[in-house]
Amino acid sequence: MASIKNILLPDRYVNQVVPTNGFTTLLTFFTSAAMAFLIVFSLAMSFAADRLAQSWSDSLANSATLRVSAPLADLESQTEAALNVLSNTKGIASYRLLKAEEQQALLEPWFGPKVPISNLPMPRLISIEEDENGYDRVGLRLRLAAEVPSAVLDDHTRWREPLVKAAYRIWFLGWLSIGLVFFIVISMMSVVTRAALSSNKKVIEVLRLVGATDQYIASAFVRKFAFRAFFGSMLGAFGASMTLFLLPSEADQTVILAGLRLEGFEWSWLIFVPLSFFVFTFLTARIASLSILRSLT
Amino acid sequence: MKSVAYSYGEELLSELDISISQGSFYFLTGPSGSGKTTFLKMCYGSLIPTSGKLSVFGKDSSVWSRDEIAYLRRKIGVVHQDCQFLDHLNVADNIALPIRVSARNSLSDSVNLKELLNWVGLSHRSKALPPELSGGERQRAALARAIIMSPDVILADEPTGNIDWEMSQRLIRLLIELNHMGKTVVIATHDLNLIRFTKASVQARVLRISNKTVQLAGSDL
Repeated sequence: MASIKNILLPDRYVNQVVPTNGFTTLLTFFTSAAMAFLIVFSLAMSFAADRLAQSWSDSLANSATLRVSAPLADLESQTEAALNVLSNTKGIASYRLLKAEEQQALLEPWFGPKVPISNLPMPRLISIEEDENGYDRVGLRLRLAAEVPSAVLDDHTRWREPLVKAAYRIWFLGWLSIGLVFFIVISMMSVVTRAALSSNKKVIEVLRLVGATDQYIASAFVRKFAFRAFFGSMLGAFGASMTLFLLPSEADQTVILAGLRLEGFEWSWLIFVPLSFFVFTFLTARIASLSILRSLT
Repeated sequence: MKSVAYSYGEELLSELDISISQGSFYFLTGPSGSGKTTFLKMCYGSLIPTSGKLSVFGKDSSVWSRDEIAYLRRKIGVVHQDCQFLDHLNVADNIALPIRVSARNSLSDSVNLKELLNWVGLSHRSKALPPELSGGERQRAALARAIIMSPDVILADEPTGNIDWEMSQRLIRLLIELNHMGKTVVIATHDLNLIRFTKASVQARVLRISNKTVQLAGSDL
C-alpha cells in the first residue's frame, strides 16, 4: 500500500535518482503505445462480433420463413391454404406474404438488379414472427405436411447457428488477442526492467551505500516505467480511437467491417486500457526489480 | 567481532577479535590486499562474515535482514577512495541523497545542507556535477554525504589515496573534528604520515592487519 502511495504521490527526487536517458524508457513508451493500439482494435473487433452475434441471434430466433413451392397452377391456392394454416396457429404474432419486389431484392446479390422473376418459377415466401410464447414447430410442420404439402417451414436454425458460432469465435479471438498482448507487455517489462537495472548497477551501488532499501530502489525504477507505459498506452489508445472514428461509415463498409467501432460504455475502455497498462507495468516491474535486486549483492 | 573470518573462496581474514567503542578513533593499516576494505565492508553490512560473530550496534550480523542492513548504513557514514556518486545529480543533491533515501521528504529536520557544504568548503561547488570536481573536492563531498545523517560511526577507506598532502590534512582535520563531536572514526590507510599527523591531534589507535588477522599496533608508528 505504501509503495502504491509512493508511486502516485509526486516525489521529484525519487524520479531523479535514476537517469532518464537510455533506450528502456523509450522502448517502454512506444511499445506500450503500439500494444494499446492493438488492444483497442481487438476490443472493437470483439464488441462488433458480440453485437453481430447478438443481433443475428435476436432477430432470427423469433422469425421463420414459410416457402411454398408448387406448380404455377396450384401456387395461389397452396399459398392461400398456407396462410390459412398460419392464421389458425397459436403462438404466431404476425405473418406476411412477401411482395414480388421484396423477393427480387433478396435475389439481387446473386443475380443483379431487375431480375425478371415474373418469368421464373419462383416460390412464394411468407415471413413469420412468433410471439413471446412461441409456436409448436413440430405441430405446424405436421399440419403443413397434411394440408399444404408443397410448403416448407424454415426456422433459420440451420444457418443461424453457424453464423452465431462464427461471430462468437471472432469475439473469443479478440479477447485472446488482448490476453496475448498483455502477456507480451508483461514479458517486455520483465526484460526492460532487467536491462535497466543491469545498466544502472552503479546507481544501485550508490543508493545502497547511502542506506536505500530495495523497495526504494525498485520504486525509483518502477515509477519511471509505470508512467512511461501509462502515457504510451494513452497515446496508443487515442490513436486507435481516432482510427476507429475515421473508419468509413457503416453504409460504405463491406460486411466484414460492419460495426467495427465502440459504442456507449465501450468507450470507457479507452480509460481502462491505459490504467490497466499502468497496473500491469507497475506490478511486473516491481516484482522483477525486487527479484533482481535480491540477486544483486 | 568474535573469531570473525571472511573468505572469498580462499580465506582472507580469520580469527578477528576486536571491539570498537563509541567515540574512538582507529586507523586500520596493512599492505594492499591484506583485507582492510573487506574489514570495513563487514562493518557496514556489505559483506557478511563467513564465520564468527559480528555485532554492530548490538545486533548480530547473522540475523540482519536486507532492510536492516539498509537502516544500519544510515547510521554509518562511509567514505570510499573512489567516491561513488550519481553523476547525473549535482553535488548538493548527491550530499543530500541519504536524507532523501531514508525519509523521502524535506531536509528541514536534518543537518542544514548549506552549513554542511560550507563546513567542507564546497559552497561554491554545490551545483557542479561530480565529474567536474577535483579529487580533493570529491573526497570532501563524500565526507559531507557520509555525515549528513549524523551517523554514529564514520568509516573511511583510503580517503586520501587520490589527493595531495595538503588536501589530505584538510580532510583529516574534518574527521578529527567529527571525532571530537563524539563520532567513532575508522580509517583504512597505509599512509603512515597521515597516521602520525593525526596522532598529534587526537588519541588514535592503530589496528594492523597481518597474517589474516588484526592486531593492535604498538607505539612505534
